[in-house]
Amino acid sequence: MLITELKSRETTAPLLAGKKVFIINCHGCREVHFPEKEAAGYDAELSAAGQVTGILTTDYICNPENLKLRLEKYKSQIEAADVVLVRSCGVGVQTVSEYLEDKIVYAGCDTYPLPGHQGVTPQEYKCDQCGECYLNITGGICPITACSKSLVNGQCGGAKNGKCEVDSEMECGWERIYRRLAMLGRLDVLKCPVQIRNFATDDETRQPEESNL
Amino acid sequence: MKITELFDRGEFVVSAEVGPPKGCHIEPLLEEAKKYLSGVTAVNVTDSQSSVMRFGSLATCKALKDEGLLPIFQITCRDRNRIALQSDILSAAYFGIENLLLLTGDHTKMGDHPQAKPVFDLDSVSLIHTVKQLESGVDLGGNELVGEPPKFAKGAVVSPCSDSVDAQLAKMERKVAAGADYFQTQAVYEPEKFIKFMEKAKQFGKPVQLGVVIPKNVGMCRYMNSNVAGIHVPEEMIEELKKDKEATKAGITGVEIVARIIKECRPYCQGVHIMALGWESKIPGLLEKAGI
Ligand code: SF4
Ligand code: SF4
Repeated sequence: MLITELKSRETTAPLLAGKKVFIINCHGCREVHFPEKEAAGYDAELSAAGQVTGILTTDYICNPENLKLRLEKYKSQIEAADVVLVRSCGVGVQTVSEYLEDKIVYAGCDTYPLPGHQGVTPQEYKCDQCGECYLNITGGICPITACSKSLVNGQCGGAKNGKCEVDSEMECGWERIYRRLAMLGRLDVLKCPVQIRNFATDDETRQPEESNL
Repeated sequence: MKITELFDRGEFVVSAEVGPPKGCHIEPLLEEAKKYLSGVTAVNVTDSQSSVMRFGSLATCKALKDEGLLPIFQITCRDRNRIALQSDILSAAYFGIENLLLLTGDHTKMGDHPQAKPVFDLDSVSLIHTVKQLESGVDLGGNELVGEPPKFAKGAVVSPCSDSVDAQLAKMERKVAAGADYFQTQAVYEPEKFIKFMEKAKQFGKPVQLGVVIPKNVGMCRYMNSNVAGIHVPEEMIEELKKDKEATKAGITGVEIVARIIKECRPYCQGVHIMALGWESKIPGLLEKAGI
């Protein structure tokens, strides 16, 4: 089981400032807790500010086929938006980010693990429920699962011909992240502050205010 | 002494690398270092390089220092979490070891204990940040250190001939922002690529030492070309090594090649870092040939 928690306003607001936003809320599998009320409140604010081009509230966006079908109907609203804000677990954000290849896709949530069974076992993208989703500074590609060392500050020196030092069959995750950011014209996000992972799992030692993603 | 003081004085800084043995007798290493490394300014000590378990880097640094050499303590994030890393860095300060080279490290799968847990609690960038924080008298947990905080020359690495050179430059920029004072590079065999890289790296305003590895034979070059990240030995160089087998075996050809690379790159960098990989005895001859 996992739990998604909204990223703080301080984190999300600068990403959305002055931008037209298309919002995707995934209420997904019942095993996932989704902060519905807070999300609705934020959406109302953004709508009042005239920033929202459309809102899609749906489920199982982690399934690419399903996602494609649902997004078809919103084509023009998505086109009108500068950025797409996805509130889902990390897998959902990665699926959207891959499908809307040329759009800037932001994660609106952090994903934490909860003991117990996980609902859907996603096929294509992995999320380790690291608790402070990095997708907003990695072009929507998860550094925790796409990089063999789960590096969060950039590529190590081990990539050869674009492949990871650990597995010559696997593309280097940071190579992919770099390419993606370059394509989106967002290499500037690599100048973000030093990221230090928080491995604490209990609420007390986790200090969300430290997170600046 | 911090090697940054030498860069500041405009010196062309030469360092060489030694790898501790698998075992607890480092006397031969110390003897070799005294014999062959008198012409270099600083000596890097690797930290279980390529994830192969070896005698410790910190203890070797201390022993080298006692012999009058200037050690650079290499530290990777592969085996230690942030508590152990900071603890070892404080220990280094007590021993008077003032030069660090801060690395992410190879994955444990690459070495002789592939079952080991890869740690990577921190990485090169956050480790540089951590040392900087220790220097300000506070540890990474935000707790104050007792007494005068340590001061180091904080080194980092970069791979100028990598096929992902732009991603490498982006990482270099993050290292500079985190507090890196100087850089050593992966081995260079393509001076044009290095020079092009330096054109871009110049903007960071940090000294860069050109990394070199003396090619011992054709097999080694072929091996590096297919297995070692960021290294590409051009075909002409391999041909050169093929020509005179005796000269190659004696190290003459390899030394000639590297001396040429150093000469060509020297105007663009602030020093050279020699990774002799067991051929420490060739270093004095190399320095002479390269005119250093
Ligand atoms: S960074 Fe990766 S592991 Fe962490 S929450 Fe996001 S998708 Fe999941
Ligand atoms: S080569 Fe790439 S994917 Fe592999 S550990 Fe290094 S940065 Fe991560």
